[in-house]
Amino acid sequence: MYDLIIIGAGPAGITASIYAARKKMNMLVITKDIGGQTNWTASIQNYTGYRLVTGEELVKRFSEQLEQFNVPVKENESVVSVQKSGDVIKVKTDKGEYESISLVVASGRTHRKLGVKGEDEHIGKGVAYCATCDAPVFAGADVAVVGGGNSAVDAALQLAKIAKKVYVIDMARDFIADPLLVDQLKANNNAEIYHDAKVTEILGAQFVSGIKIEQEGRGYEFGVEGIFVEIGSVPSIDFAPAEMKSRRNEIMVNCKSETAIEGIFGAGDVTDVPAKQIIVACGEGAKAALSAYAYVLRKRK
Amino acid sequence: MAKEIKVYSTSTCPYCAMLKSFLAEKNVTFTNFDVGKDRNALTEMKNKSGQMGVPVTDIDGRIIVGFNKEEISKALGI
Repeated sequence: MYDLIIIGAGPAGITASIYAARKKMNMLVITKDIGGQTNWTASIQNYTGYRLVTGEELVKRFSEQLEQFNVPVKENESVVSVQKSGDVIKVKTDKGEYESISLVVASGRTHRKLGVKGEDEHIGKGVAYCATCDAPVFAGADVAVVGGGNSAVDAALQLAKIAKKVYVIDMARDFIADPLLVDQLKANNNAEIYHDAKVTEILGAQFVSGIKIEQEGRGYEFGVEGIFVEIGSVPSIDFAPAEMKSRRNEIMVNCKSETAIEGIFGAGDVTDVPAKQIIVACGEGAKAALSAYAYVLRKRK
Repeated sequence: MAKEIKVYSTSTCPYCAMLKSFLAEKNVTFTNFDVGKDRNALTEMKNKSGQMGVPVTDIDGRIIVGFNKEEISKALGI
């Protein structure tokens, strides 16, 4: 039985781990990866202490700091369910089962999917959610970007430099991305922009071969090898008991990081704390670990 | 005999960077292919792994998609 299990190793989970390790808690970290969304962030200019840092560099610093404590980390492991019976919290994953007195949920957010035919079976086979990771693979190809925010326009810009043609498919009438980025995109003559448009189907056998869209009642079909879906994110909390979730499907926490279930704490972008920022997630992670520590001390008495 | 290790990656992908520094840390020698620049390597990677996401690691014919420390360590016997 652990004192504490932490789900997630992004900024919130890593900071919680560092705080808990310094309290010498008997703990375990379960996570899909190290760094989470920060990995996909090209440049960070608002993390105190750094004028400019890449997501990759910041994650490296975070994990180096964690590594010195030799905290056991189960990577590439997905939590399936969380259950509390009596005073014991049971965490079930795709690889095993663990028990703990307390739990910090810092599982973050993941890419929002389109939810159209042909999407799931082509993930990694042309359908991509991380332009920073996968854009170079599509050098010289025709590609599509779905979305209208900063991450979509940023992805389209990265792709316009290397791809043959970039179709940008935006559901809204206008981009919500920063006008500066939009101007940069429009300066590329290989970018073709469709507003008020939605994706209806992703085509292809083993790999993606095309995309179907609908604009003002008219259907279009484009031959593309890559489709970058950049339509925001959703909390990663399929495993969490319903009573912990808000109407927006986030984990509700109070100012002590407590959730609806005693002994379970929440931190970072998975919670309903408003500012989804790396520095906020770190602070929330610290708070959650300290609250979990206080809880475990009370339980041990 | 030393294992033949190929890494298929792009220059921008953070998980590729993590994978490469993990291998370097473990003193594992590998050949890196930048599939953003080398089209033949890209085709090879697609054929081997049946997908297009990076990184892909080929350890003596055993294909591992993504930065999966556990699987890679197992395949390397470390």
